[in-house]
Amino acid sequence: MSTKLLLDKAHIAGIETFEIYRKEGGYRAAEKALKSMTPDEITEEVKKSGLRGRGGAGFPTGMKWSFLAKPEGVPRYLVCNADESEPGTFKDRFLMEKIPHLLVEGLIVSSFALGANTAYIYIRGEYAWIVHILEKAIAEAKNNGFLGKNILGTGFDLEIHVQRGAGAYICGEETALLESLEGKRGNPRIKPPFPAVKGLYGCPTVVNNVESIAAAVPIVNMTGDEYAKIGLGRSTGTKLISASGNINKPGVYEIVLGLSVEEFLMSDEYCGGMKNGKKLKACVPGGSSVPILPHDLLFKTANGETRLMTYESLSDGGFATGSMLGSGGFIVYDEDQCIVENTYNFTRFYRHESCGQCSPCREGTGWMEKLLWRLDNGQGKMEDIDLLWDIQRKIEGNTICPLGDAASWPVAAAIRHFREEFEWHVTHPKEAMERNYGLRKNIYVAPTTAGA
Amino acid sequence: MAKVTIDGHLMEVPDGTTILNAARMMAEHHPELSANVPPAMCYYSKLEGSGGKCRTCLVQVTKGSEKDPRPMPKLVASCRTTVMDGMEVQNKLSPQVQDARKGVVEFLLLNHPLDCPVCDQAGECHLQDLGYEHGSQNTRYEFKRRTFEVEDIGDKVKLHMNRCILCYRCVFTANQITEGRVHGIINRGDHAEISTYIHQSIDNDFSGNVIDVCPVGALTDKTFRFKSRVWNTNPYNAHRECTNPKCNGHVVLWMAGNDILRVTARKDQWGEVESFICNECRFDKKSLGDWILEGPRKVDRHSVISGGHYNSLSDKKVLTKSTTFAVMEGSKKD
Ligand SMILES: Cc1cc2nc3c(=O)[nH]c(=O)nc-3n(C[C@H](O)[C@H](O)[C@H](O)COP(=O)(O)O)c2cc1C
Ligand code: SF4
Ligand code: SF4
Ligand code: FES
Repeated sequence: MSTKLLLDKAHIAGIETFEIYRKEGGYRAAEKALKSMTPDEITEEVKKSGLRGRGGAGFPTGMKWSFLAKPEGVPRYLVCNADESEPGTFKDRFLMEKIPHLLVEGLIVSSFALGANTAYIYIRGEYAWIVHILEKAIAEAKNNGFLGKNILGTGFDLEIHVQRGAGAYICGEETALLESLEGKRGNPRIKPPFPAVKGLYGCPTVVNNVESIAAAVPIVNMTGDEYAKIGLGRSTGTKLISASGNINKPGVYEIVLGLSVEEFLMSDEYCGGMKNGKKLKACVPGGSSVPILPHDLLFKTANGETRLMTYESLSDGGFATGSMLGSGGFIVYDEDQCIVENTYNFTRFYRHESCGQCSPCREGTGWMEKLLWRLDNGQGKMEDIDLLWDIQRKIEGNTICPLGDAASWPVAAAIRHFREEFEWHVTHPKEAMERNYGLRKNIYVAPTTAGA
Repeated sequence: MAKVTIDGHLMEVPDGTTILNAARMMAEHHPELSANVPPAMCYYSKLEGSGGKCRTCLVQVTKGSEKDPRPMPKLVASCRTTVMDGMEVQNKLSPQVQDARKGVVEFLLLNHPLDCPVCDQAGECHLQDLGYEHGSQNTRYEFKRRTFEVEDIGDKVKLHMNRCILCYRCVFTANQITEGRVHGIINRGDHAEISTYIHQSIDNDFSGNVIDVCPVGALTDKTFRFKSRVWNTNPYNAHRECTNPKCNGHVVLWMAGNDILRVTARKDQWGEVESFICNECRFDKKSLGDWILEGPRKVDRHSVISGGHYNSLSDKKVLTKSTTFAVMEGSKKD
């Protein structure tokens, strides 16, 4: 069995109650942090742990905390990003449902470190039932003196509020989230200023993913140095992976970073291999926004090295032959799946979720969706493929927030690796409506030098 | 003060100036540089928080500053990026910028109807200018354009949502210039639209200014609707003693003979309103007796209409009265 730090107790009956959570050693980190550590010491431990943001971008959490502006007399906020709407990602849901007190405890520790007396959990609107789970946990924690005024007699005050979103993926982008939390239209803000300087209500704010905040609990319990020993290189600790697609055991797994992709997909401890003995065709390893990898680049990098579940290894080869760990949404496709249809499906999502502020994202996503629909339905033209490439290229990097990039990358990667399948849709329009293309036939010839 | 170089031209500007405004300042000192100013479809200097959205003003920062000379990894919106001392910027000189801008213009025109012949904005439309300078002859878009119904939003303002480029200027104007905004943007993405609260309409002293800030023909003046083409009217500067304390009564009258067909605020060389005017001046004072005429107004904004043929924008000609309008050659198929 591998090490588990977040979900180790998630299967204990009644762990969602304060009583059992506490009995199982819960709120020890909160006690330790508030009673025997200074805020800066906690931040220092998180820095030492090497923890990287689990929301997708992988920014070092301790560093983010140390950037928080601390002007006199101005409140600071901690905002927990529980908007989780990236297709393929459902890990935060599992954590909050099963072990809500871990998040509450994480919020207490983190808020204390940041000097925030108010914390918000901004939760995806569709997770309506989890709101009740969280509110119950918050009420229990308060009744037991872990929230409210003068927590554990230390003089530290903290209130946690849960706010439901209204069904917009874009409100997971941290500045759109803050706008929405303020009661405004959820448009991403133009940065700078960054939330660390001007965030919620114009005050310094840290926005962190559910999993990042929960990870503060084991870090405080075991120390940052010990946490950093788990994992591999700059990918420290454990990571929740949401596994879905044509596999035997879809679900949420806590893995130690550094596990090989092959073991994660094939072993019975995790995904349990391909369903119905089908062949692996492709995998999107980090949620819908990251580049898709064809079967021959999943277990080995272009250089022939074993591909590992780490930030570095998954992105080895850059966008030419690599992908990203992203938010850990591991989507597996077997030989019966159609890449063109999948790309259409993702693009449809981004078109629907674009906030519409920037012209390239607003107009470009809709254009790509229409072209992909046409290709998928046997009505496409050869030029459409190059046109798609040109459109994604003109969106990427030219928008306010990374949704534009997130919409471009899946299209670019699909064309890069599966161009023959796109072309087949054009040359065999009838057949493409009746059967799937299968695995790609022209195996990518790996460059001899590792690309950026 | 900060030294900034744009397309090889050096200038010193106050700290906190944006790249776009630095380029505009250069052009104000050296009119021959006005063609180097990045086009701006959403930024409006008088509206706080505007800019950053349309992406037409993207530029390349090849040197961040004297202190940190690294280039910026992505193109930046010049309207929302402040200069640093020693910064070097490429606009016209950067092929990457020109390519991205061409893309942005294509995106803006994708769903834009080509109804210039029946649009009241034609002749003073920033999108026309932009399309002329940066657009392609043909569209690569082969799908049906997005359409909305034409709507009255208030008794004086017409909304052609089909033409809107979602620059948000009218929203900022309503927030900052009028008392209480009753319109805004609903829905998101390519299905976003301008709308008013149910059963509400835009009706307050300064609401007419949304017409002037709109870069395209999405918001037009119902009292001028289809009365004339802009280029067939003669603009005159005029003023009156306006009783509204927030309005200085300095306007432009757009005349045909002795008839005042339209009243607008005065716009500067960047197409921005010099000072906002009240609805009484704009909509209710349409007889010559209401005004003290100052004289004919030179329309000195660069424009696609100039003497019946298109000039390159660099040899900036003055648009005077009775110019004729030429339809863009090879206009897009619909
Ligand atoms: C379009 C978009 C959607 C996002 N959705 C989420 C989300 O649902 N949950 C999340 O934690 N981060 C999301 N992010 C990333 C956040 O902007 C932010 O980086 C993150 O919450 C920071 O937390 P971390 O440092 O703990 O990862 C999204 C980003 C973008 C651009
Ligand atoms: S990139 Fe897309 S989602 Fe992000 S701000 Fe621009 S339009 Fe909105
Ligand atoms: S109506 Fe005009 S001013 Fe308002 S957002 Fe649309 S284009 Fe901009
Ligand atoms: S003018 Fe700068 S982005 Fe629109």
